[in-house]
Amino acid sequence: MQKCLKQSFVLILVVALIAISGVNCGPEEQQEPEKETYTVGALFSTTGPASNLGVPEENTVDMMVDQINADGGINGHPLEVIVYNDETDAGKCATMASRLIEQDQVLAIIGPTTSGNSLAIIDTVTTAEVPLVSCAASIQIVTPVEDRYWVFKTPQTDKEAITEIYRHLQDEGITNIAIITATSGFGAGGRDILLNDSADYGLTIVDDQTFDEGDTSMQAQLTHIKGTDAEAVVCWATDKESAIVAQDMQTLEMEITLYCSHGIANQAFIDAAGDAANGVIFPAGKLLIVDNVPDSDPQKDTLVSYIEDYEALYGEGTISTFGGHAYDALSMVVMALEDMDEGLSLADARAAVRDGLEQVTNFAGTGGMFTMSATDHLGMQPGSLAMIEIVDGEWTWLQ
Amino acid sequence: MSADQFLQYLISGLSQGSVYALVGLGFTIIYAVTRIINFAQGEFVMLGGMLSFTLAVSAGLPVAVAAILSIIITAITGAIMYLLAIRTARKASVISLIIITIGAAIFIRGIAGTKVMWGVDAVRPLPFTGDESLRLWGAYIHPQVLWVIGTAVLVTILLHLFLTRTMVGKALKACAINPQAAGLVGVNIKTMALIAFILAAALGGISGVVMAPWTMMSYHAGFIIGLKGFVAASIGGFKSPIATVIGGIIIGVVENLVVGINYGPFTSEYMDVWGLVVLLAILLIRSGRLAAEEA
Repeated sequence: MQKCLKQSFVLILVVALIAISGVNCGPEEQQEPEKETYTVGALFSTTGPASNLGVPEENTVDMMVDQINADGGINGHPLEVIVYNDETDAGKCATMASRLIEQDQVLAIIGPTTSGNSLAIIDTVTTAEVPLVSCAASIQIVTPVEDRYWVFKTPQTDKEAITEIYRHLQDEGITNIAIITATSGFGAGGRDILLNDSADYGLTIVDDQTFDEGDTSMQAQLTHIKGTDAEAVVCWATDKESAIVAQDMQTLEMEITLYCSHGIANQAFIDAAGDAANGVIFPAGKLLIVDNVPDSDPQKDTLVSYIEDYEALYGEGTISTFGGHAYDALSMVVMALEDMDEGLSLADARAAVRDGLEQVTNFAGTGGMFTMSATDHLGMQPGSLAMIEIVDGEWTWLQ
Repeated sequence: MSADQFLQYLISGLSQGSVYALVGLGFTIIYAVTRIINFAQGEFVMLGGMLSFTLAVSAGLPVAVAAILSIIITAITGAIMYLLAIRTARKASVISLIIITIGAAIFIRGIAGTKVMWGVDAVRPLPFTGDESLRLWGAYIHPQVLWVIGTAVLVTILLHLFLTRTMVGKALKACAINPQAAGLVGVNIKTMALIAFILAAALGGISGVVMAPWTMMSYHAGFIIGLKGFVAASIGGFKSPIATVIGGIIIGVVENLVVGINYGPFTSEYMDVWGLVVLLAILLIRSGRLAAEEA
């Protein structure tokens, strides 16, 4: 009976709408010329060493553009995102950035995927006065903020991730740790923070080992760590390298806990490390443990809808935090475009998008709550990260 | 460094060295017959490892069947690469041919990394005999490493026998020593080069199949693995399989011991540097000896 009422109500509404629009039919059509397309650029590493990160980013952007345009675009403007693959190569990335700016005349750029590539194009976008929302980890991308007027980013930084790990170690009553880091930009940056901040949490680094990108075994370094009185190992590297570390620790029958970076926050790590992944602890955004996030959490709605949409398109279990970084980046650019005045010149429009990005307040993204300001171009609010332990091949939130 | 630790460094070095050695053998064979350094050798290794994952884990074939199929497919890839890229450019200089192999490597890697092939994730085929590490006095060794070492030993012996005891092997060796003279006595040099490429690709495939459960594999892993194999082959002087194996093990052990010393320049940060220092030292000594012989 109720259903019947509802149906007739909807019917009346539809009829009324048709009637109204019928009356206004003439003038409306004249007022509605095709609105110009908003063009945004994206630089992702969909091949090369960082392709684990770049592919979900590209997938996310493809999905969002379709959704936004299906919903009528941004204030009626269709959205186009031109995605270029930088092949995880800084030189290529710089070329592609110039092409986006000069040839494609984009209003803003999201990406690049990696810190190295992001740093490589900061001068380019700053000179050309084009806003950039990077999807890479390094804090140097947005500091010093005076020199980063045009640059924003969405992922949590290594510093926030390391702070979470160190706070956890402190809570566990651990004092001696060993670190093992890759010599890549990501690993070396993490190593600096690990070494600098350890004393603040009462931690002593008793062994400091490194390995090169592409190394196939870290047994030697771990054998050395095993000979020290380290109570935990912190590894700062990509998912594949971290998986080898986890494997080698298992082979060497090391009992101490392995802490990894947020770089291992994907299914590929568990698939590659297998049984050795169990017991590994790492910090990550709430995206990976959405079932454990309480409904009262302001990010919950964003997280649930992003995951449902993404997995519906790309398959169960394909979700990764990296796609989430692109989601946050493009969402904020879209918010800035929504607030932008009509009919601006390209240079003015770019400046308006930049100002809009700086005014983002309390945006519930996948990676955290964002409030940008003139002094903070990351804007991630405390409590955005959770500590996760892998138990029986599944992520579990450590409270 | 305690005795247990020292032993562990040696064992880990031997483990890694056997991987380098196995990869180095492929370089040695092609170089011996054609004077070409085949920079696509690492890609053959990658193909072997990735194929064995796809066939065994994704397609569900028995591990042995998957292994043999992977080796055969890799060998066919080697033949195709020779016929399409190397033979058609046979009039080019050796340097050009080496550059062609770099191009072939980039091509193979590019195809392997596409979404229709393997995409970008690292994969790990199931180890042949589990993950339970074996204890050797105070040191530990992954069971898969024994397969790698066993394969390296077996392949070295078989190669040695093949090159010294069979007609085809002797013909290959003749091409290595003096291609012109070998041609004059009726050895078909082109066929020999094809055989060398097939053999090297099969060897790469074997290496990939046995090492992937230990080292993991991804579409771009071939480059670094190939580089290490190249260093192993260089230390061995690209001469004999046995010299290559020794070269690989020297590199593996040096890299691991450097980490163990952990003092001054002998730290994990300089691990690769010391591998190359050893290579340079050996090359210098060898060229010194050559110069002395000439004088």
